This record gives sequence, C-alpha cells and structure tokens, in this order.
Amino acid sequence: MEFLGYFGGVFEPVAFMLLLGGTIGGLILGATPGLSPTMAVALLIPFTFQLEPTQGLILLGAAYTSTVAGGAVSAILLKIPGAPANIATALDGHEMARKGQGAKALHMSFMASGVGGVLGVLLLIFLTPLLAKWALAFGPSHLFWMAILGVTVIGSLDSRSFVKGLLSGCLGFWLSMIGYDDIQGAQRFIFHDALTGGINIIAALIGIFAIPQVIEMFAKGRVPSSISSLNVERQSLMASLRETFMYKRALAIGTVCGSIIGLIPGVGGQIAGLLAYDQSRKFSPDRDKFGTGHPEGVIAAESANNAMVGPSLVPLLTLSIPGSPTAAVLLGGLLIHGIFPGTDLFDNHPQVAWTFINSMLIGQILMVVFGIWISGWAARVSKVPTPIMAGAVLVLSLFGSYSIQQSMGDVYIMLVLGLGMYLLEKFGFSAAPLVLGLILGPIAEANFIQGSMIANAGDGLIDYFLTGTLNLFLIAMVLASMAYSFWATMIHEPRVAASRAAQTKAEAAE
Amino acid sequence: MRKLFKALAVTALAVTASFSVAKAEGYPDRPISVMVSYGAGGATDFQARIVTMMSGNEELLGQPMVIINKPGAGGRVGWNWLATEADADGYTLGVYNIPHFIAQSIEGGVKYSADSFEPIANWGTDPAVVIVPKDSPYNTIQELIDYAKANPGKVTLSGAGLFVGHHIAALQIEKAADVKLAYIPTKGGGAAAMKAVIAGEVTGGINNLSDAYRAREAGNVKILAIADDERDKDFLPDVPTLKESGYDVDDSSVNFRGIMARKGTPPEVIEKLAKAVPEMFAHKNVAAQMKAGGSPIKIMNREEVAKMWADRQTYLAELLKDLKK
Repeated sequence: MEFLGYFGGVFEPVAFMLLLGGTIGGLILGATPGLSPTMAVALLIPFTFQLEPTQGLILLGAAYTSTVAGGAVSAILLKIPGAPANIATALDGHEMARKGQGAKALHMSFMASGVGGVLGVLLLIFLTPLLAKWALAFGPSHLFWMAILGVTVIGSLDSRSFVKGLLSGCLGFWLSMIGYDDIQGAQRFIFHDALTGGINIIAALIGIFAIPQVIEMFAKGRVPSSISSLNVERQSLMASLRETFMYKRALAIGTVCGSIIGLIPGVGGQIAGLLAYDQSRKFSPDRDKFGTGHPEGVIAAESANNAMVGPSLVPLLTLSIPGSPTAAVLLGGLLIHGIFPGTDLFDNHPQVAWTFINSMLIGQILMVVFGIWISGWAARVSKVPTPIMAGAVLVLSLFGSYSIQQSMGDVYIMLVLGLGMYLLEKFGFSAAPLVLGLILGPIAEANFIQGSMIANAGDGLIDYFLTGTLNLFLIAMVLASMAYSFWATMIHEPRVAASRAAQTKAEAAE
Repeated sequence: MRKLFKALAVTALAVTASFSVAKAEGYPDRPISVMVSYGAGGATDFQARIVTMMSGNEELLGQPMVIINKPGAGGRVGWNWLATEADADGYTLGVYNIPHFIAQSIEGGVKYSADSFEPIANWGTDPAVVIVPKDSPYNTIQELIDYAKANPGKVTLSGAGLFVGHHIAALQIEKAADVKLAYIPTKGGGAAAMKAVIAGEVTGGINNLSDAYRAREAGNVKILAIADDERDKDFLPDVPTLKESGYDVDDSSVNFRGIMARKGTPPEVIEKLAKAVPEMFAHKNVAAQMKAGGSPIKIMNREEVAKMWADRQTYLAELLKDLKK
C-alpha cells in the first residue's frame, strides 16, 4: 500500500498540468497517422530536460497511455491504425463508423481502454516483483512458441476464408523477411534501396489498411453528396457506458490477454490487440458478427492494448530492461535525470517511482474523460463527403508514412503495399492476417535461430525447444488452438451451413 | 548547341560554387539536422540528444541541432542515406559509431566507407565489457575462458548483433585466447542481449559499459573484464582489462560515438564545426547530464578522430579477413 502515500505528488499544480497536457497532447498525437506512441514519447523527451525527474516522467507516462488509446481514433474513423496496437480496433471499429456509429465506437473504445488500462496499472502496482520473474521466464524457445501460437490464429482472423487467411499470412511472413537480417548477416530481397532496413511496420499498416479504401472511394466516382455522406448517429454517454459493460467477456479477455502479453519483453503490445480480438471471437456466441461492426471486437482490442501499458513497464522498472521500443524511450527519460531503474529506483527514489505509477493511474481516467469529450465531434468526420474524405485520407497516409523517419522510401513502401492489398482484396484476401504475418515473422524467425544457436552449444534442439513446463504449456496451447480451428472450419461450419440450407429449403417448400 | 550547354554548365557551376561560399559565411543560419542511425531510446540516440543540447548557445553554433532517427539494418540504412542522399551543405550531419560502420563497409553490401564521411569530433566511448549473470559460477574472466577452452563452443555469449563492437570483442577474445565461443547476436540491440544474460539464457554476454554498469548496480550481473586499453576509473575501477588478465585484446571494439559530415561538405563549414562542436561537447551541462546517465565522455578533435578511423580501418580489415572466408 506504499503507493497510496504518493498520490499527493500527482496533484501538485505543475505535475497535474503536465499530466493534463500530456494526456490531451497524447490523444492528438496518437490520433495522427504515422505518429506511434514510441515517436510521441521520443518527441517529448527534450521537454523533460528542464523538468524535475518526477514531472518529466509524468509527462512521458501520460503521453504513452493516451497515444495508445488515441490511435483508436484514426483506426476507427479513417481505418488507419496509428500503431500495431490498434490494428484489431480498425477491423470492427471502422465498420461501425461506416454504419454511422462512430461516436458509439469511440465511446466504447475509450471506456474499454480505461478499464484495461487501470487494471494493467494496478497489476504493475501490486504484482511487480512477481511479474518481473515471469517476464524473465520467456527465453528464445518460449518466444518462438508464442509466435507460433500467434500463427495459429492467422487462419481464423479472416472470417471469410480459412485458406485465404493462411495464404495472406504467408505473404506477410515473406514480407517480414525483406531487409538485412541482424542475426545471420544476410541481405534478403533488397531490390530497392528503400528496403535495406526491411519494411517499416507502421508504413505497412498505413498502406495496407488505408490505401485500398482510398482507391475504393475514388473508384465510386462522383455521387451526389447526399448519398455518400453518412448520417452520424448521436450517442448518449449512458447508453455507451451500459453497453460497454454489457460485454463483460470481451473486456475480461482483452484485459487478461493484454496484461499477459504486455509483460513479455520483445512481443509487447503489437500482437496483444489481435490475439485478444481473436480469442474473444472464439468465445463469443455472436462469432459471425465480428468484422461487420460488432462492438465486442472494439472492446476486446482496446482493453487489451491499454492493459498492456502497465505490465510492459515491469521489466523496465525492475530490471532496467526495456521490453518494448516505447519503454526504451522511457528509459532514456529516466537516465537523463540520473535515475537508474531497478532496485535503486524503488529504494532510493520511491517518490519518483510511485508518483510516476500513480500518475499513470490518474492518467487513464483523464484519458477516458477527454477521449469521450473529443469523440463526440471527431465522429462527425464521417459526414465528410466521400471524395473529400478520400483525398484527406490519402494526404494523411503520405504525410504519416513520411514522418515516421523522414524517408521517401517508407512512402514508396506504403504505396506499393497499398496497391498490392487493393488487388488482393479484390480476390477475397484480407489485411489482418497479412499484417499478423508481418509482425510475427521476425519474432518467430529470430527466436528460432537464436534458440537453435544456444541449443547447439548446449543440449541440442529437441531438448531446448520441446522440454520444460513453459515450452510444453505453450505447445499445448498451440495444439489446442489448431484443433479448435480445424473443428470450426471442417466440422462445425459445414454443419451450420448445412442446417441453414436445410432450413431455407424447408421454408421454400412451405 | 554543345557550346551553349558548356556555357550553361559553367554558369551553373559558378552559381552553385558562389552559393555554397555564401552559405558557408553565414553558417549556420538555420537549425542543423543530426542523423542518428539507431532508433529513439537507444544509447546512441540518448547520448546524441544530450551532447547536442547546447548547440543553440550564441558562443557555440547559435543554432539548435535536431536529431532525426533513421534506424534499420544495424545502422546501415542511416549511413547509406547520409553517404548518398543527404545534402553536403553542413545542415545535415550524422552520428558515427565506430567500429560499426567501418566493419560494415569492410563486410560489404553498403554504399559507404570511411572515405564517404568527414569526421568532425568525438564525444564519447563505450567500451565493451564481458558480463555473466549474478549467480554464475564464474567470477573471473580466466575461469570463463578456461571453461571455454575445456568445452569448445559451449560457452554462449550474447551481443547486440553482427559487426558491432560486441561482435568484434568476441572475435578478438577468440583470437587472443585461442578458444571457440558461441556468439549469439540478438535482434533489438544491447537491451535484448542484456536480458538474455540476466535471465540466464546464455552463459554470459558482451555489452556496453554503461548498460552493464547499471545492471551491476541493480545487482543483476557480474562484470568480468573490460575490452579497453585502460580500466574505467569513473564507473568500473575494480574491473580488470582483458590485457591485464592475460588476453591480448586492445581497444578496437570500443564504441566511439561522434559527429561526422558527408564528404563534399564545404571546408569552411567543416572548419567551423570542427572548432565549435568539441566545445559544445565540453560544456558543463553536457558533462553533468552524461555523468548522470552513466555514459563515459571522451572528447576528441577532428585530427584525432581521423587518425582513429584510419587505425580501425587497418585493424578491422585484418581481423575480419579470416571471417569472410
């Protein structure tokens, strides 16, 4: 309960103003395509030079929390996921916005973010020493099996066709191999300079999600604006609140997935949202509604990606190991003030550590309040006539992919992938499995090669990858997930389809 | 027609030449970009932000320096960009990491070499150190090497990638002690390599002094030796050098960080930078922040850096020759 004593520090005038500023600024930065949470926090580091350590950290922590949630705004309204964490949000969120339920989707996404976020930070407060051990337990072999577990959901992420889902996952895998390989020192598939560093995931996200819809919008041509613009439904706050908490299962799955995956250094929040999305679909009775604008999808994804924020700081704060790129930037923010994370932080600077953690708790709540406040008028974006919207999304995509690292190369990559994805979508392939392949490829590959190098120096491959409780547990999860997919596609769905067909036949006969 | 072209070309040349002279005179009259070829949050990025923070002072350059990150492929993306695409006008500078970029250019497949850049000044060094987990049975570097000798290829050492300081240090140890080690490069830089050591996934590791110092302060690792010519008096006075321990390893793996410009930058601009930048590095605010972050400072002027580059070029070409076969 030590942390309670440090709540005062959060409400000191300067600290609270910074928290407020960081939250609002973070929401805006997060909603800007191409500005990932990592970039946003890095941009703020120079401002912390002049501040007290605690104040600097409050600013950075607030920005981290709210950029993750802010990414949902562009994911839902424009179908441009601001960061890998928001991919799953775009799947159902954007469909909801297209039905005119943008305000509802945004309300729910911020509320779910708040629930996940607060629980994540509470985990950080109460279970840090325990969690630190857990975070270290994941070695190369376990991360490899984690990635394979992710692979097993690739096929089922595409609700239309299992085989096409797997195929686009493979394509994603291949794309992830482009570039220089740090472990073996090979240069792979570099047929243009822009590819030396591989495909930047954020540029890829923008291209794969935004460009096909831009083309689609332009292809519609001129239509009377009365048809192309949407009716934006007004959404009462109470209704959103009630509905968010109706989906308790999605909230729980999202929060649990997010906190567990957030802990594991190197996997981080990139796949938390997607895994939570997939799991909550598997457990939902309304499985078929996912992908068509179902609130559960948004809630699972957003509660997961904010639940991950707190636990992702555990390895950083206790062991000084940044588990994610954003945590690495935060480490820089600490070091600049001469504070070393680890036992030193909690023993000698408890006021810094606990004020920072408490501010993230308060920050989550502020984030929900301001997020909901902006969602009312942000949702009106959908009212913009299609041709103007298409132009605006295209400009934002170009601007966003350039601003990642001031590189035209990323813009080319974004455009090429976007065009490719448009064609693939014409043939019934979908974007989410491809992106998951792109994210999981490097995790699986690097950890397999690293693991086998370690194994070859030690007890051999079989011993290294196939023994040990955690390995066996993960393998069991992989098998269960595969068995489920097999059951769902080969046995369950044909039976459902058959009974439905029989029903229609019977109806027709009557 | 050809005459006309020639005339035009000459005029164009003259115009650009006079333009660049004119630019050099008032230099710098706008902010200067400094490219870091590693991601935000890494040691290089973090230190670059500290050492350039006083640039806006009137008595120094009078214009702020802005860090831009171009990470990818172990630094190759950024240095390729600086060598081929950046404007050579002094408004786009870059940060070098030695031995990384020289080792990479020897390995091949990149568009730069030491000749593509003009050194300006060096701000710091980060020697590689050999670390083991805190509960490791090895307490000295000799114990570790002796075990490796008895069990060739069984000792796994993590490091931040290929052809970086850590890798060079591992190669040097192998050569000096005539032993076979299993060097495990990690994706994700020094932090991932450090995690592998703390978690006990590997026998030990080679990591940056600054990160290892912090990990030792936190009670997570033991530091066995430092791959430098002298001990580090500020942070690790108790850690012996590899040379003291009987292994002939010099400072070739030490990570030198500093600022460079693209070849072709006007000499007046380079002169001005070569004078102002070391002063900027020596500013007391910079020193205080660097010390606080556990980052050793070593300021070297343009001539010293040029000599260091040339030395590394010769040495690394020799060391890596065997590896390339």
